Amino acid sequence: MAGLGKNYKAGEVIFRQGDTGNCMFVIQDGEVEAIAESDGREFRLRTMGRNDFFGEMALFEEETRTATIRTTKPTRILSIDKKNFLGGIYEDPSLAFRLVQTMSHRIRDLTERLARYEQQK
Amino acid sequence: MTLGDGARIAVIGAGPAGSMFSYFFLSMAETIGLDVAIDIFEPRRFCHRGPAGCNHCGGIVSESLVQRLATEGIRLPDCVVQRGIESYTLHMDVGDVEIATPLMEKRIAAIYRGIGPRSSEPLETHSFDGYLLDLATQKGARVIPRLVTGLRREEDSMRVQCADQFTDSYELAVVATGVNSRLTEMLERESGEFARPDRTKTFICEFHLGRKVIRETFGPSMHVFLLDIPRLEFAALIPKGDYVTLCLLGDDIDEALIDKFFSAREVRERFPDGVIPGHVCHCYPRINIRSASPVCGDRLVFIGDSGTTRLFKDGIGAAYRTSKAAAKTAIFHGVSAEDFGNHYAPLCRRINNDNRVGKLVFRFATLVQKARFARRGILAMTAHEQRQTDSPRRMSGVLWDLFSGSASYTDVFLRTLHPAYLGALLWNLVAANLPGSPSGNGRAEKGGHGHVRH
Repeated sequence: MAGLGKNYKAGEVIFRQGDTGNCMFVIQDGEVEAIAESDGREFRLRTMGRNDFFGEMALFEEETRTATIRTTKPTRILSIDKKNFLGGIYEDPSLAFRLVQTMSHRIRDLTERLARYEQQK
Repeated sequence: MTLGDGARIAVIGAGPAGSMFSYFFLSMAETIGLDVAIDIFEPRRFCHRGPAGCNHCGGIVSESLVQRLATEGIRLPDCVVQRGIESYTLHMDVGDVEIATPLMEKRIAAIYRGIGPRSSEPLETHSFDGYLLDLATQKGARVIPRLVTGLRREEDSMRVQCADQFTDSYELAVVATGVNSRLTEMLERESGEFARPDRTKTFICEFHLGRKVIRETFGPSMHVFLLDIPRLEFAALIPKGDYVTLCLLGDDIDEALIDKFFSAREVRERFPDGVIPGHVCHCYPRINIRSASPVCGDRLVFIGDSGTTRLFKDGIGAAYRTSKAAAKTAIFHGVSAEDFGNHYAPLCRRINNDNRVGKLVFRFATLVQKARFARRGILAMTAHEQRQTDSPRRMSGVLWDLFSGSASYTDVFLRTLHPAYLGALLWNLVAANLPGSPSGNGRAEKGGHGHVRH
């Protein structure tokens, strides 16, 4: 009974690449994988665990989800409303600090991967 | 008047405001490479059951605060969350209705400020206040288990005096004692320029019912009562692990009002066999109903309940907002009265202005309490909305945010002025009170989300 968020079984899809959305998610317990789908094939981008968040791009852009998120084990996830999040940032911009930090790490990770890919080409 | 390397800060009180101030202050200091030290003065130990480890509060972490803490990277562990709440059930003499979140997700936390009621069995629980204090100490704050009895201004510092004659001086004193301590009373008496917050008495008690009974009779729902009892503004039964917490808010709650509440049929029906068991723990804590004045001075700031909080709701959320605003001011601007006045006091003013609107909203709720036809209309409109999945939930949203404290009172009030809301309410007021209408003749009872049984 205790514990916040919503429970998902292993292998459940939280959202699919191309879906529209207006919230982001924070993992309370468990693990998810981010998957890019192209030409019917799946590419695992990364896995995420407790306290990691995903789906944050939907808070800033009116675009569709860029990856599919699927649980790899029983997982509990808390959703963060766009209105609540942006209202919080309006009052206290430092609320976005952790989000910016994580997005910065992800850009760094993707840049390194792209460099490796270019070398292998 | 800014803080440099080696500065020392005294935080008086380790409730949510004091611990969150310390946590955010030390996090920001670390980010900009400022070497500062925090001493948290707190004689209470949160590992004790009953009053010795409790900060006397209903124990609800609002939906908006749960989300903001998660965004900050602060996850409330399962041992702290006694129960995740996913719906509110409104009980009135004309019927009951359950208001659920569209996502069916637990985003409200029922917690203990200590680790449980007096006489409770050993439980696998952790105090919410203790958890926040641990976060602060992990960041480097030091806990001094002493009772602060005095605070004196010196030329370039604030001197803290304790009951055991311990004394020390600090570059900044942060008062986070709440309104149930004697320190703010002493500061008001001795300073001549500080007025402590206005307060009113509330009532909180705990019933031991056991997990099985709670699961079957209360579920993951907070039960709120809208009853025609004078001076009662808000009443809720909050399910936790093995216990249910009753929280009564209003104008100076006394035994006569409590007896009247317990004798209400809607309340008795919530308990097995309609019998209200004896409570294992109770208290009459006071709450802040008007801000302290001023909330800051040179090298001095009042946060949480000691300064400003939200009227009746989301006190822990207000502690988070005021503590973080005070920490940012002290780190990035300075610790003079002018710095706090420019960067901290505006938040307190916004909360106070919103509380004025809140008083208006609660006055309207009192009118509804007295008018049976209005209660019928509200019940019908809410139940109808809960049965629909794709239409706007205007009344449900207003009630949800009013009960949970997730939105500002101003936001709630403005939504009640929307023509679509007013039109739907008018329609339901008429429809629900026509002779022969289901709720027009008697009492409708809940049978699931928004389903009313007659």
